[in-house]
Amino acid sequence: MTQPCLTIKNLSLAYGDALIQRDLNFTINRGDIFIIMGGSGCGKSTLLMHLIGLMQPATGEVFYGEENLWQAEPDARKGILRGIGVLFQSSALLSAMTLFENVALPLTEYTRLDAERIRDIVAYKLALVGLAGFEDYYPSELSGGMQKRAGLSRAMALDPEILFFDEPSAGLDPVTAKLMDDLIRNLRDHLGATIVMVTHDLDSILAIGDNSIFLDSETKTIIARGSPKQLLAESKDPKIIRFLTRDETAARHE
Amino acid sequence: MSEKIPCAINVNSKEKTLEAAFVGDWVINAEIPAVQTIYSQLDGGSNIEQLIFSTADLGRWDSLLMTELIRLINHSAKHKIKVDTSTLPAGIQGLLNLVYAVPVAADTRRKTVQNHWLAMLGHFAMRFYADTQAQIVFIGQLALSIYASLRGKTHFRQLDFWLYIRDCGPAALPIITLISVLIGLILAFVGAVQLTLFGAEIYIADMVGLGMSRDMGGLMAAIIMTGRTSATFAAELGSMQVNSEIDALKTMGFEPMTFLVLPRMLALVLMLPMLCLYADFMGMAGGALVTVNFFDISFVQYLDRTAAAVHIKDIAMGVIKCSVYGFLIALSGCLRGMQCGRSASAVGDATTSAVVTGILFIVIADALMTMICNRLGI
Repeated sequence: MTQPCLTIKNLSLAYGDALIQRDLNFTINRGDIFIIMGGSGCGKSTLLMHLIGLMQPATGEVFYGEENLWQAEPDARKGILRGIGVLFQSSALLSAMTLFENVALPLTEYTRLDAERIRDIVAYKLALVGLAGFEDYYPSELSGGMQKRAGLSRAMALDPEILFFDEPSAGLDPVTAKLMDDLIRNLRDHLGATIVMVTHDLDSILAIGDNSIFLDSETKTIIARGSPKQLLAESKDPKIIRFLTRDETAARHE
Repeated sequence: MSEKIPCAINVNSKEKTLEAAFVGDWVINAEIPAVQTIYSQLDGGSNIEQLIFSTADLGRWDSLLMTELIRLINHSAKHKIKVDTSTLPAGIQGLLNLVYAVPVAADTRRKTVQNHWLAMLGHFAMRFYADTQAQIVFIGQLALSIYASLRGKTHFRQLDFWLYIRDCGPAALPIITLISVLIGLILAFVGAVQLTLFGAEIYIADMVGLGMSRDMGGLMAAIIMTGRTSATFAAELGSMQVNSEIDALKTMGFEPMTFLVLPRMLALVLMLPMLCLYADFMGMAGGALVTVNFFDISFVQYLDRTAAAVHIKDIAMGVIKCSVYGFLIALSGCLRGMQCGRSASAVGDATTSAVVTGILFIVIADALMTMICNRLGI
């Protein structure tokens, strides 16, 4: 399947007068694990905010399928956004609610399912991320990794077609980060969801990335695109080699 | 998207095997079909020994199908019926594997809280005890940090201190002005109703002057500052606690008590008596406004009467009381902020609790001090 599900056209990102990235063009294919990478401060997270409807782009367009996210009527935009799930860097679980209430929230608001069905769906979503039976816990009672997974299960509550992740493995130990990667890949394989991930965790980039773009803060644009493994093997750009090999000296071999 | 096909389960039983065939689109907003029959067939008593699935006519599917499958599998397991999932599509099998990979964590369900009134009383008493202890410890730590900073061992940032001074003083003037003038007005009106009965309108000045200076001025200033500043302190310190900023300061060798609490407390304790003085005069001005405009008394007469009635000791008493309030509300704000938990709702709790504790402290202290002054004849 190589149907594009997200198309970005001439998108420029800016905070006031400060231009972050200009004229970004790329497409994300259905069923891909798409990685947005780049050094700190290059605008990865800002780009994500534009894709998920939190920040309006300075110029350019974001298309979900055929629909233009930022030109759509407010109701239509809500409809588009209901089809996506987002896992924030800090997992952003609502701290005053239990895990059950967190995951059930979108279900009770946006569907007409009966209480028993909602309970089953929440149990299922929590079981998917390995948190079966933790319904009554408050987020503050969980470890960081568990909070991440709970955030993921909330992001999946409405069976989104596209899942966005902001640094899913940040703050997790290598073993838990690996589990998170496996989980993400499993979900993609079995749910058929498209996954867009902002990360600079090399291990997960190389392990699960199907496709990627590399943002650069100096030229303010995409300096490489393609499968991360291929980039590692073939790229000649010292910036990319440095990033993907963690080799500070790579620049000098230029 | 194509038209939605209604979902259903078709049941076929062959000898001891039951086949559940899922047809149509099993998506969350679909009409959920009546599926009782299959469950009743899987109940004990029937001769079914195995459950298999067919998905040949399955359209789109999502969590709805998954929950139905999990229900069927769990139901079968309860009735000791074998389940064969091998005919399901790979994606569904994968998800089921994920679901059953980690067993349901035991002992994670909340136990119901004991609601016996005796138990609740006991909990309350223990909480009260712990809370009182925490307050005493906090005052002790504060005293130590004052001692340390007097000896020049630690210090806080001058700039912060002046910012707090501005926040606790000039920035609060508009609201203090408004409330005090209104309180003065109200006192004058309420008093006038009675005093005119005796033709003693001139004593409105006494009542407003003494009322404001001995009690109301300080009380109002303190209550306003509890809501305004003590709450701010609690929210600020609480958010710093949530963001681990306080931990960061500790590791950098800053004593949070000296660095965060001391300047805030000092600023409020210094500024509140001044606000109290200001409130006293604003209240009297409010009283004058009523008396001069609605009764046959001139401004000079009012001033003269006020000067005769209000002695310096009355004003001093109000101001001294107010310094005590200042300490108490700064304490409640900082204490609750420092005690704050690490979530968004904990910050809210800390703020509420700071205001409630502050007002409680003020009222108790006021009652005590008024009683003492009364006995001493001041």
